[in-house]
Amino acid sequence: MLDVLNISMPMLFGQLTLGLINGAFYALLSLGLAVIFGLLNVVNFVHGTQYMLGALFAWMLLHYLGIPYWGALLLAPVGVGLVGAVIEVTLLRRLYSVDHLYGMLLTFGLVLIIEGFFRWLYGASGMPYSNPLPGGTNLGFMFAPNYRLWVVVFSVAVCFGVWYLIERTKLGSYLRAAIERPDLVQAFGINVPRMITLTYAFGAALAGLAGVLAAPIYQVNPLMGSNLIIVVFAVVVIGGMGSIMGAIVTGFGLGIIEGLTKMIYSEASNTIIFVIMAIVLLIKPAGLFGSQK
Amino acid sequence: MPDIVDRSVHDGRLALKVVDLNAWYGESHVLHGMSFDIREGEVVTLLGRNGAGKSTTMRSIMGMLPTRKGSIIFNGKEMISMPSHHIAREGIGYVPEERGIFSSLNVQENLELPPVLKKGGLSTQEVYVLFPALLERRNSQGTKLSGGEQQMLAIARILRTGVKFLLLDEPTEGLAPVIVQQIGGIIHTLKERGYTILLVEQNFRFASTVADRHYVVEDGKIVDRIMNADIASSTEKLRGYLGV
Ligand SMILES: Nc1ncnc2c1ncn2[C@@H]1O[C@H](COP(=O)(O)OP(=O)(O)OP(=O)(O)O)[C@@H](O)[C@H]1O
Ligand SMILES: [Mg+2]
Repeated sequence: MLDVLNISMPMLFGQLTLGLINGAFYALLSLGLAVIFGLLNVVNFVHGTQYMLGALFAWMLLHYLGIPYWGALLLAPVGVGLVGAVIEVTLLRRLYSVDHLYGMLLTFGLVLIIEGFFRWLYGASGMPYSNPLPGGTNLGFMFAPNYRLWVVVFSVAVCFGVWYLIERTKLGSYLRAAIERPDLVQAFGINVPRMITLTYAFGAALAGLAGVLAAPIYQVNPLMGSNLIIVVFAVVVIGGMGSIMGAIVTGFGLGIIEGLTKMIYSEASNTIIFVIMAIVLLIKPAGLFGSQK
Repeated sequence: MPDIVDRSVHDGRLALKVVDLNAWYGESHVLHGMSFDIREGEVVTLLGRNGAGKSTTMRSIMGMLPTRKGSIIFNGKEMISMPSHHIAREGIGYVPEERGIFSSLNVQENLELPPVLKKGGLSTQEVYVLFPALLERRNSQGTKLSGGEQQMLAIARILRTGVKFLLLDEPTEGLAPVIVQQIGGIIHTLKERGYTILLVEQNFRFASTVADRHYVVEDGKIVDRIMNADIASSTEKLRGYLGV
C-alpha cells in the first residue's frame, strides 16, 4: 500500500519522528495549559510566548554568557517559571473573582507586549541555535538524528513524570483537590494562593522547557510561539480539559497524525488538526478525555 | 454592642467568641450581627430554618467569605481578617455541609489531605480502626462512598489533624437513623476526649442528645439561647422557630 502512495520507509519513519517531536511540544504545552486552566480558571494565551521565552533564554544564555544547551535546559525553564510567578502575583491574581474573559484579555495583551518587545530587540528573522547532539544513530529500521531522538525520549519522560507527580503523589493530591474546591483546601490549612503561584510558574516552566528543546530544531524567533499556540489550543479542545493523561496522549497522537498527513497529502497537514477538532466538537463537545460537567 | 455573658454549665476558658458578625455574598448581606460564644469542652448547636445563615456563620468563621465584619476571637486571637489557611492553623477543623469529599482523590488521599496541624491527632491507622468501612474502601474514588461513609470520612480526616475545635455542619443531614446514631456516638466520644464542637442542626431532637446549649438563628442573627436542660420545656417555642 505504501508503494502505491509512493512512500519510502525512511520517509515514513522520518515523518513519524517529526510528528512525535511536534507531538511532544503539543503535549508539554497542553499539559501546562490544562493544569493552569483547571486551577486558575485562566485561558493562558501567553503560553506560546512562554515557550518562545524558553528558546530565547536558551539562546541568550549561550550568546551572552556562554552557557551551553545542557545548562540552559535547566536555567531557561526556571527563568520562564520566575517570569510566570511574577505575572501571577502582580496581574493574574487580581482577576480570579471576575469573568474568564478578563484573564484571556490580559494574557493576550501580554503576548503582544512581550513578543513586540523581543521583535523590536532581535527582529523577526530568527536566530540559529546549534545542535548540541550532532550526528545520528542507526536504529536498524531507520537512521535517526541524535538530537531528535533525545527530544522524543526526554519529553516522553517529562510528560510521564508530570503525570506521576499530579496523579500519584501527595503534592499532586493537593493540586487535584484545589482544582475541585480551592476554598475548602485552604480551609484545611493549605496556602492555596501560594500553590496557585507555583502551579502557574510550573506550567510556564514546562512551556519554557519545550521552547529550549525546540531551539536547535527550529530557529529561535520571537514569533515562534504564536504559530504553535493556536494548534495547541486545538489540541486542548480535542483532548478535553481536566485529564492529564488525555493531554499527553492527544498531544502525541495529533503530532503523529499531522506528520503522516504531511506525507500523504501535504496540503492538508496544516488543517488536519482543525478538521479533527470540528469533528470531535460535533460528536463529543467535552473533548475525547473530558468529562461533561 | 451588648457583651454576651452566658450562664454556661462549663466554666472552661472561652474558646470562641463571635461578636456582631456581619457577612456578605457579593452584594447580598446575609449575616446581620451574629454574637455567640463557646467555652472549651462544650458542644453548642446553631439551630434554625433553611436559609437562616447557619452555614454562612461557619464559613465566615473559617474565613471563606470574602466580606465579613465584626469580631471572631479564637483562643484570645482576633481572626476576622486572617486568611482561611491561617485560621485553620490556629486549630479549627471544618466539616462542611456538602461534606466536601473530593472526587478526583481516592478515600485514602481524601483522608490524608488536611495537613496535621497540632500534636495528638489520630494516625491513619487509628482512623481505620475507628472507621473500618473506610479501610475496606480506601482505594475507591471518594465520592463513590455512601452518604454515611462520606460523612464519616469528612469527620475522620479532621480528626487526623489534631485540632480540638470542630465545626460540624449538619453531620446527620439525609442519613439513615442507624448512621445518625453512630454520629451521635462519635460526638459523645469526642466530647469525652475534650473536644469543643460547634454543631449546626435542623433536627433538634438529635441536637438535644449531644449538646450542652443551643442558639437559635433567624435571618442572620441569634434570636434565642436555650440550655439543653431546658429543652423539654422549650419544645413548643423551638417548633415555632424551626417551623416543624
Ligand atoms: N453562595 C451563596 N451565594 C449567595 N447567597 C448565598 C450563598 N449561599 C447561601 N446564600 C444565601 O445566604 C442565606 C443563608 O444561607 P445558609 O446556607 O447560611 O443557610 P443555612 O442556615 O445553613 O440553611 P440550611 O439549613 O438550608 O443549610 C440564604 O438566604 C442563602 O440563600
Ligand atoms: Mg446550611
